[in-house]
Amino acid sequence: MAESYLPILMLMLFAIGIAGAMILLSAVLGPRLRTRRKLDTYESGMPLLDASRKRVSIQFFLIAMVFILFDVEIAFLYPWALVFRSGGAPLFGEMVVFLLVLGVGYAYLWKNKAFDW
Amino acid sequence: MSASDVGMLALRVLAPVLVILIVLPMLQWVERRGAGLIQDRPGPNRVGPFGLLQPLADVVKFFMKEDLIPSHADRFLYVLAPGLATFAALTTFAVIPYGATLNIRGNPVPLVGADVSIGILYLFAVTSLSVYGIVLAGWSSNNKFSLIGGIRSSAQIISYELAMTTAAAGVILAAGSFRLTDVVAMQSGSWLSLPYRGWTVVPQLLGFVVFFVSAFAETNRLPFDLPEAEAELVAGYHTEYSAMKFAMFYMAEYINVVVASALMVTLYFGGWSFPGFHPTSLGGVVLSVLIFAVKTAFFVWIFMWVRWTLPRFRYDQLMRLGWKALLPLALLNLFWVAGLVLWNAL
Repeated sequence: MAESYLPILMLMLFAIGIAGAMILLSAVLGPRLRTRRKLDTYESGMPLLDASRKRVSIQFFLIAMVFILFDVEIAFLYPWALVFRSGGAPLFGEMVVFLLVLGVGYAYLWKNKAFDW
Repeated sequence: MSASDVGMLALRVLAPVLVILIVLPMLQWVERRGAGLIQDRPGPNRVGPFGLLQPLADVVKFFMKEDLIPSHADRFLYVLAPGLATFAALTTFAVIPYGATLNIRGNPVPLVGADVSIGILYLFAVTSLSVYGIVLAGWSSNNKFSLIGGIRSSAQIISYELAMTTAAAGVILAAGSFRLTDVVAMQSGSWLSLPYRGWTVVPQLLGFVVFFVSAFAETNRLPFDLPEAEAELVAGYHTEYSAMKFAMFYMAEYINVVVASALMVTLYFGGWSFPGFHPTSLGGVVLSVLIFAVKTAFFVWIFMWVRWTLPRFRYDQLMRLGWKALLPLALLNLFWVAGLVLWNAL
């Protein structure tokens, strides 16, 4: 059983090796002609205008929260989809009820313009 | 388990990834020549015949360029981010079946890296990791363009992930399994029988369209490449990157395009199978691998075709499409599939 995951481990080690080798080679092979200006933060060739770590729109946090809610819903959908064939009609009804409850929340978010930027 | 068994396992999982890594620079060439074709200009044609050696020259150049770390950057995360993006892209292919079952001295060897029972779950889990590479790159660069690109990307990817995974739930429902070899087996039967055993795209066209659109958003490709919208954000999350670290983000993007294409082929277009084709001999198995490669290459080309044909979406349009259109459509598709299964049509 755990044996079937061995190839995934191999591939992960391989991927770490490739990624590590690329980062290392790139750092070693290139020239090193550093100046203070060159290491500055990029601002289209102008002196830096303002701070880099500014506040971002609250909308992004809202989207992240809504995502957590809906992702949990999908976590329920997957096992349901897996056993649906053996369950049949009663399972269908249960999912309709579950998604109706979820749909009320979805309609609330829609009405409150959570999806409008 | 003997040493030859371990070698066989390694070969099965590494072979497709090595092929992708070798073909990757060529994809760059195909994309640029294709762009030339679509925009009525030659494209790269100076290095080697038809510019075929251009990707090689590019790789050498990427390695030989100065590798800068901006003085204000968070050094550890700045170096880690491209590695993480590449790692997440490279490890996804492990569970996708790329050929029929091979018979070696009476032992059936399915041509898939790891035939695990949670194939689809593993795939979505690892694909989600790629967002960390982008967000960390955006944050650690300490540049406002990078930061906005990284934040935009994370919001976009999580929004479309919902639609994508819900659409894929339809396929899981039809197959009754997370195992991708089962998904392919389900699609390699007759198209005329009841229950239907042909390619999933026919009964689940709606699900496929949702999955297809989401795949473009998940891989940050045009028309959804808002994270790197060059007109507003310079280059987005990789503004501060140079040399091979910069190229690694592109590499990860191309691998993600190949994996997304392979996944679409596996979930909706029968994987390596073809109607009326049931490989038993070695030649048949080789043919099945070729069928899979051709189908995947077709979708990779569609990714490029779309990139040079459609304009970029606005961010509010992107979010509206994901939440107000694709998510309800994906749920509708799920109910449709559940109905079909109940009526014994699937």
